Amino acid sequence: MFQFLLRRLLYMIPTLIAISIVAFVIIQLPPGDFLTTMVASMAAQGEDVDSTALQALTDQYGLGQPVHIQYLKWMQGIVLRGDFGDSFGWNKAVSDLVWSRLALTFVLSLASLLFVWVVAFPIGIYSAVKQYSVGDYVATFFGFLGLAIPNFLLALILMYIAFKYFNQSVGGLFSPEYQEAPWSWGKVADLFAHLWVPVVIIGTAGTASLIRIMRANLLDELRKPYVVTARAKGLPEWRLLFKYPVRVALNPFVSTVGWVLPTLVSGAAIVSIVLSLPTTGPLLIRALQQQDMYLAASFIMLLSILTVIGTLVSDLLLAWLDPRIRME
Amino acid sequence: METPVLIEIKNLKTHFFLDEGTVQAVNGVDFTIHQHKTLCVVGESGCGKSVTARSILQIVDQPGRIVEGEILYHRPDRLSTAGNGEWTSDEAGASGNSTTEIIDLAALDPRGREIRAIRGQDISMIFQEPMTSLSPIHTVGNQITEAIKLHTDMLDDEADEHAVELLRRVGIPRPEERLETYPFELSGGMRQRVMIAMALSCNPALLIADEPTTAVDVTTQAQILELLEELQDEFGMAIMLITHDLGVVAEMADDVVVMYLGQVAERGDVDSIFHDPKHPYTQSLLKSIPRLGVSRNRQRLDSIRGMVPDPYNRPTGCMFGPRCDHFMPGRCDAVNPPAIPLGPEREVHCLLYEDE
Repeated sequence: MFQFLLRRLLYMIPTLIAISIVAFVIIQLPPGDFLTTMVASMAAQGEDVDSTALQALTDQYGLGQPVHIQYLKWMQGIVLRGDFGDSFGWNKAVSDLVWSRLALTFVLSLASLLFVWVVAFPIGIYSAVKQYSVGDYVATFFGFLGLAIPNFLLALILMYIAFKYFNQSVGGLFSPEYQEAPWSWGKVADLFAHLWVPVVIIGTAGTASLIRIMRANLLDELRKPYVVTARAKGLPEWRLLFKYPVRVALNPFVSTVGWVLPTLVSGAAIVSIVLSLPTTGPLLIRALQQQDMYLAASFIMLLSILTVIGTLVSDLLLAWLDPRIRME
Repeated sequence: METPVLIEIKNLKTHFFLDEGTVQAVNGVDFTIHQHKTLCVVGESGCGKSVTARSILQIVDQPGRIVEGEILYHRPDRLSTAGNGEWTSDEAGASGNSTTEIIDLAALDPRGREIRAIRGQDISMIFQEPMTSLSPIHTVGNQITEAIKLHTDMLDDEADEHAVELLRRVGIPRPEERLETYPFELSGGMRQRVMIAMALSCNPALLIADEPTTAVDVTTQAQILELLEELQDEFGMAIMLITHDLGVVAEMADDVVVMYLGQVAERGDVDSIFHDPKHPYTQSLLKSIPRLGVSRNRQRLDSIRGMVPDPYNRPTGCMFGPRCDHFMPGRCDAVNPPAIPLGPEREVHCLLYEDE
């Protein structure tokens, strides 16, 4: 088990290096850089840009250097000092901007994941055990509806309903009085009071797909001979159900954590803009628009790390759950 | 010498209700299983032998259901006191073994408490595929002790000890270590032994073996069958062995039931079935066994002409009629032959023997 963990952790290193290169290259791909974007927007406003000042800025940001040098300098800063570079647009260190938003994103993702599991698990089991029953059809109907409705639309509808009928503002993750306040129990409580709206919105699609996955898996397992063996032993139906087929059907359920995590993070971006949540999504999109390269690259990098970690967690859970994987 | 009756199946009908129509998988089957004896049920694939076996335990898969008939279980005395952790083997052939209780298994609720108490304790079952019949993610020990703990008051340690004892008895080396292994770490033969140990864990009165040797190689097959015979001597249970292999029947059976398309074609003791088969189907089955050294002049192997009919489109009259060499037009396609008794526990469903 320890070897397995060690091996997986070692595999993560080349993966992350590859991700960092790709992230950096992608940021460099659009023509121009932060300064050209800035010059263009200033020119659009009728301002002239002094070419010597521009040169000074280019030197200051190191934008004149070849791409690989920029990359190596950036990596050096991260590895040696934990310094992700500066954001041009905000004129702040990236790490100052990112961490609080990343933490909130993580809380939101985790809460959504739990929501997805808690809802999808019983409904999926019910749908499989009572296949083609009225309940199964209802679950299927809402499942497909949840899959088909884009998150941002659901966000708009929920906001409208909350505003119109409950006279409640649902934007953001905090009430105005806690917006800038330091962390306290009151702020945490306020966070959880606001959290459920984005959690439901972001979780709907994931819930719908997990219900389908659970249903399909369990239907496969319910027909396996070992279920008949257990029944022939004299086990009561419900005990049999949870001990055998549900346990086996959980495997793909758990392995989805790996890819549910990034979908939650990316799905959160548009919803976050609509709901104006202080998470990573809106910041990332703005950074990309402005070609604020260190900020954007750092974001992509950090989100990728989250994904890699999510995959690792799901693999560990799988190994814990399934001896066949553990023994390999 | 006849031993007391254990299971009496009377006019059992188990049908599957599908969208395409009703499949009459078992359609009026009668036979008897005696204590301590081995009954072999033979027939082609799809003739209803497995469904008959599963009907006894009420574990027929959806959408199958017992629609008619009785399965009378004559519960032997020793089992009415089972569940106290006592675990002694019964003396085979004891004559004073009176039955106290007769339960109609077909009338019990398939999900009810009564049938669950009988499953795994009075009647247990082993299956064709040892690969898939054990849960892949639970240890061997967990799966064996589960039945023990379910039906007896044994504590965890006692159940473990008992499981080790059973594993040793079915010929698994180093049984203590095997408790912690997973089925996928064992060979097919070993898995089938685990299945047998599991089935015998509560000392059942009847062991149903549904083609237990089909999925293992020939050497293992012989070992498993030999083991079953040994265990029968020791534990004294009756065995209902389902097979399509007539070689296995010759080796194992006391009594034989030949099934065709959901009905009994012929039944009797093993000697009369093999040496004096009455039903044309049994006769052709026996002729279709390849024999080493007999056919010196390269004769073609006899086979039964035609195919098993489509289950949705069953022939009228005798089920075997369309494939039978002795087909009597106007008779065989009009009347479904009733049981014609030929002796004690010996009967044939064929109009050829009507006058006898």
